[in-house]
Amino acid sequence: MSIWSYANPAKFMATTRRLTPALGALAALCLVVGLVWGFFFTPDDYRQGATVKIIYLHVPSALMAINGWLMMLVASLVWLVRRHHVSALAARAAAPVGITMTLIALVTGAVWGQPMWGTWWAWDPRLTSFLILFLFYLGYIALWEAIEDPDTAADLTSVLCLVGSVFALLSRYAVNFWNQGLHQGASLSLDAEENVADVFYFPLLVSMAGFVLLFVALVLMRTRTEIRARRLHALRLRERMA
Amino acid sequence: MMPDLGKYAAEVLTAYAASAVLLLGLVGLTLWRAARVKRALDRAEGRHDA
Repeated sequence: MSIWSYANPAKFMATTRRLTPALGALAALCLVVGLVWGFFFTPDDYRQGATVKIIYLHVPSALMAINGWLMMLVASLVWLVRRHHVSALAARAAAPVGITMTLIALVTGAVWGQPMWGTWWAWDPRLTSFLILFLFYLGYIALWEAIEDPDTAADLTSVLCLVGSVFALLSRYAVNFWNQGLHQGASLSLDAEENVADVFYFPLLVSMAGFVLLFVALVLMRTRTEIRARRLHALRLRERMA
Repeated sequence: MMPDLGKYAAEVLTAYAASAVLLLGLVGLTLWRAARVKRALDRAEGRHDA
């Protein structure tokens, strides 16, 4: 079976009907395990003290802020190239989830930065590109709301998504590109030397799995709602014309 | 049961509380809108089929 068969709204709704609550339950389980493990059962860091516990929120939310936009990019490209409505609606559905992840990353980063760096905010390359990513999310959501014709809205938001992808990538690689500012490098790496200690690493992995699953479950649920809203709109138009 | 967070208790608890509010708010709004749209669609389809 081709992946494009899921571009059919009926097929998408049938497939995600049971998948969505299952993913939601798995996300809740991973989040509870990861966050309880990290908060209650990991030691303080020798330099950061108890603020190291913020890592279980900050790193997974930052990960999903960036990857959420990249998922929207893929869905937008599918819309632009193949004109599948479900992909445009999936991109729209992901934006509020992505902006929430971005906000969590910004807030938890600021709360951690105050005692560690001595400031809530600095115009550091990664922080600044993350703030711009947040503003792109806001603009993307506002553009969907501002345009009545859904196909025009999908076209314009897809173009905005392409432009914003530059900042999504910059947010990820700003530390490597400019090698300056307050923000440290990646907390997780394929190179074991650069990783955080195992005692923090494993609960962090579980928490990250929870955030990924939560993102997927919420995007699926919101996409289902967008499909229903589109059908509702069509039925109401038909009623008005009858 | 509560771990000793030392002098950083306020920062750690603020980070967890703010994240909980944002995540639960997002989940709540998603479920609320899903239920509202589904109800409205069921009603509209009922009228359409009648």
